[in-house]
Amino acid sequence: MSISVRLCKAHSWFFLLWLLAVPVAAEVETLPLEHEFVSTVSQLSARSFKAKTAAIEKLVTLTDVRVLTVLEHLLAGTLYYRKQDKAIVYVEKVADGLRLYSVMDDSELGVVSSREVKKVSLNNSLRSKLRSEIARLKLQHKNPKVRLQAAKTLQGKIDSEQAALPLREALSKERDKAVSQALKETLAIFDLDSGITPIQFDAVKVLKNSLSQEARVKLNRLAHEAEDKELSRAAQAAVEKIDSRFKFYSFVETLFFGLSLGSVLLLIAVGLAITFGVMGVINMAHGELMMLGAYTTYVVQLMMPNAIEYSLFLAIPLAFIVSGAVGIAIERGVIRFLYGRPLETLLATFGISLFLQQLVRSIFSSLNRPVTTPQWMSGFLQINDALSLTYNRLYILIFSLMVFMALLLVLKKTSLGLQVRAVSQNREMAKAMGIRTEWVDALTFGLGSGIAGVAGVALSQLTNVGPNLGQSYIIDSFMVVVFGGVGNLWGTLVGAMSLGVLNKFIEPFSGAVLAKIVVLVFIILFIQRRPRGLFPQQGRAAEN
Amino acid sequence: MRNKRLGRSRWSVMLTGLLLCVSSAVSAADTIKVGVLHSLSGTMAISETTLKDTVLMLVDQQNKKGGVLGKKLEAVVVDPASNWPLFAEKARELLEKEKVDVVFGCWTSVSRKSVLPVFEELNGLLFYPVQYEGEESSKNVFYTGAAPNQQAVPAVDYLMNEIGVTRWVLAGTDYVYPRTTNKILEAYLKSKGVAQSDIMINYTPFGHSDWQSIVSDIKKFGSQGKKTAVVSTINGDANVPFYKELGNQGVSAEDIPVVAFSVGEEELSGIDTAPLVGHLAAWNYFMSVDTPENAKFIKQWHQFIGDKKRVTNDPMEAHVIGFNMWVKAVQKAGTTDVDAVEQAMIGMTSPNMTGGTAVMNKNHHLSKPVLIGEIQDDGQFEVVWETDGTVPGDAWSDYLPGSKDIIADWTAPIKCGNYNTKSKKCSGQNY
Repeated sequence: MSISVRLCKAHSWFFLLWLLAVPVAAEVETLPLEHEFVSTVSQLSARSFKAKTAAIEKLVTLTDVRVLTVLEHLLAGTLYYRKQDKAIVYVEKVADGLRLYSVMDDSELGVVSSREVKKVSLNNSLRSKLRSEIARLKLQHKNPKVRLQAAKTLQGKIDSEQAALPLREALSKERDKAVSQALKETLAIFDLDSGITPIQFDAVKVLKNSLSQEARVKLNRLAHEAEDKELSRAAQAAVEKIDSRFKFYSFVETLFFGLSLGSVLLLIAVGLAITFGVMGVINMAHGELMMLGAYTTYVVQLMMPNAIEYSLFLAIPLAFIVSGAVGIAIERGVIRFLYGRPLETLLATFGISLFLQQLVRSIFSSLNRPVTTPQWMSGFLQINDALSLTYNRLYILIFSLMVFMALLLVLKKTSLGLQVRAVSQNREMAKAMGIRTEWVDALTFGLGSGIAGVAGVALSQLTNVGPNLGQSYIIDSFMVVVFGGVGNLWGTLVGAMSLGVLNKFIEPFSGAVLAKIVVLVFIILFIQRRPRGLFPQQGRAAEN
Repeated sequence: MRNKRLGRSRWSVMLTGLLLCVSSAVSAADTIKVGVLHSLSGTMAISETTLKDTVLMLVDQQNKKGGVLGKKLEAVVVDPASNWPLFAEKARELLEKEKVDVVFGCWTSVSRKSVLPVFEELNGLLFYPVQYEGEESSKNVFYTGAAPNQQAVPAVDYLMNEIGVTRWVLAGTDYVYPRTTNKILEAYLKSKGVAQSDIMINYTPFGHSDWQSIVSDIKKFGSQGKKTAVVSTINGDANVPFYKELGNQGVSAEDIPVVAFSVGEEELSGIDTAPLVGHLAAWNYFMSVDTPENAKFIKQWHQFIGDKKRVTNDPMEAHVIGFNMWVKAVQKAGTTDVDAVEQAMIGMTSPNMTGGTAVMNKNHHLSKPVLIGEIQDDGQFEVVWETDGTVPGDAWSDYLPGSKDIIADWTAPIKCGNYNTKSKKCSGQNY
């Protein structure tokens, strides 16, 4: 009963679409082909995934240039159908709804509200099918980079000679070296299963220098299963060669992970290195200053929803100003009355940290706030098949080094930096030389706090922006400063990086929970041996 | 001066009198008290506040229908503040001081374990609405969330049979629920012939944010030529950086799908779901399920809370089912007496919002359908698979050697939550 109703419905759509299609088709003259395209595309609005799969399978057999566009929109989630007439359209998000474009000729169909259209939904198996079908179509693309990507996507996805045929054809025509190498590898992975020894030998030869996991898996199987001893030995040699290269790259990868963790530690600790290290103030609210920076990022993104890509560039200076101002207020309002009394400072700033957390809870609610990652920070930089570096970590690594260098320059090359160092080394003498020590104290604390705010911007890209953000990093930041040597910026850099790398090299053996504990125990033992950290201050300054 | 003080004390006397009047007026009205024991502050507030609102909505609706047994319902809300020992204190306060007839509450397993002795001692009645690790059945608790065989095991079955997964990563947060669930899953996978080398188990602390190496390990583990899936019992907001890192390292749901047991609509509402599209979750309820009951419930919820953007989720449905069953049981028993209601509850039915009927079984667990959904970019789930009919909740897992022979049956003649079918003995331990 329900099936027949559905069929009836389907028929009526076809009829409707056929009616719609007739004028277009008449102009193009190739009526049957056009009609086929239109009717197949319209099947995409079906509810069942089976019907959609069938439609996609049929679409790729049509030699129509629009097919690729349709499939790409489908994969990107911008293929919709109008609820009233089930017409398939592309959509583009605009301020007051969705702008529709015709699938037939890309003509604009006006802006509608999102209620009037429905997305063509996908599931995982469809998505994976789409990806390989798109790759197959893209083998003919003009741009060699696109062809290269397509050839790589198809790696391991080819399961029959029929599927391999278009690749062989593409290979015979291919001029670009990289693309033809990728095509050869993709075909070789398929050929490993061919069972014909000479072909398998050739495939092993091609794959010897590959870094693809697919290739390694199949070579390994061949090494164990091949009846031909020579072939088995060749495959074994290839596996070993691939393995040794994998080992090297996985070492590089772990090193990168370590440095990236280190860069986060550096960012959160370098502000503290100023307030704690140079000024000697134990600021328990340091984490909350980072949290303010992260929330600043959130607010900036809220203000400029159409320019998320650039929001971080605005958020960095703003976070510096917000956290810096709050820092100066804390210094002027509380800490200056407590200099020389570390215990009271600790308690007072802990109170401030609770106050700031509650303030944020009252304003933004206790739920985490979503901060969007800009497109240029998502994804990864593919060095080769075995090594890829994620962009967000890479940028944060560079950014933290930049912040570090900038801070170093401020302290070493500006008059403020000179005064800061003078005050921290000998307050009385500096005062006698006419330096307004109170003013310098406030600015120094503001500088350290501002940098915490900047760290918050970076953290908003890595973790949840919520009221508890600061708490989870405050221990780590003190750990780094103490380990590196109080009062020494270079110590903070070396300390952060070495702790990061140490942590990441332990993690694979012990798991994330134990790795943290091991690092903590290591630091305790280290501080027992060298209470002043990696790079203790030398000379008269150290005695204070 | 003297006068002033006198004046103030007179005021306070009047005020006290007024308060006494009010409170006696309330108790004179003779209501049925419904306790609500959900954290309204602290780390669990995110999830539990919604459940408090759900119970308030249900109480409100029942009162509009005329209450129960001719009496109005009165909700008593306390805040255990995500503090596990405080849960026990507040439970005692509800039962001893407020003399509530039933309590709806708890989220984490540790909070439930904390209140259990109190409910047993004072013979209270608790409805627990969240999926949990099983291995428990108390006379005083009704478990309306999923047991492992209603969530974890069907999810693994789906991946194994429909997706063809042969290699498994069991990733979880380091505490009791993930550890027990993974123990059950590991035993289950091995019983299905999965080799130890094809199972990778990983635990991370609460709120973990640096997922680089773990995701990279998963990627390597998954590129060995066998279809791999991640079964995630990662709890709370650590999920956000986890999924982000998956997206950044290019692990797509088509290559390595992640099926999560603690990620629902509420958890997704705070994050950008674009990189998560296609990953899976297993629940007994999804907001996207298209049934008249569900549409009605969502409408009621939006009206009550006054915000059309608020989502509904699985534990909310569990509370609705539990509440409806309790109301019917009280009506059937004709009293709110715990022992009578407890017996009346068994065999009670209530319509599911996803279709079909939920039944309360002898072991105090529900029979419910299991759904698997794929995350969509609007933060909702698209159902891709569901069980035929309902699955009865199993208190004691059949896959753990220690609890294989143990059943829970609260009807005569067994009347035991931990009954060994081989030795025919009740362990004496009630939970």
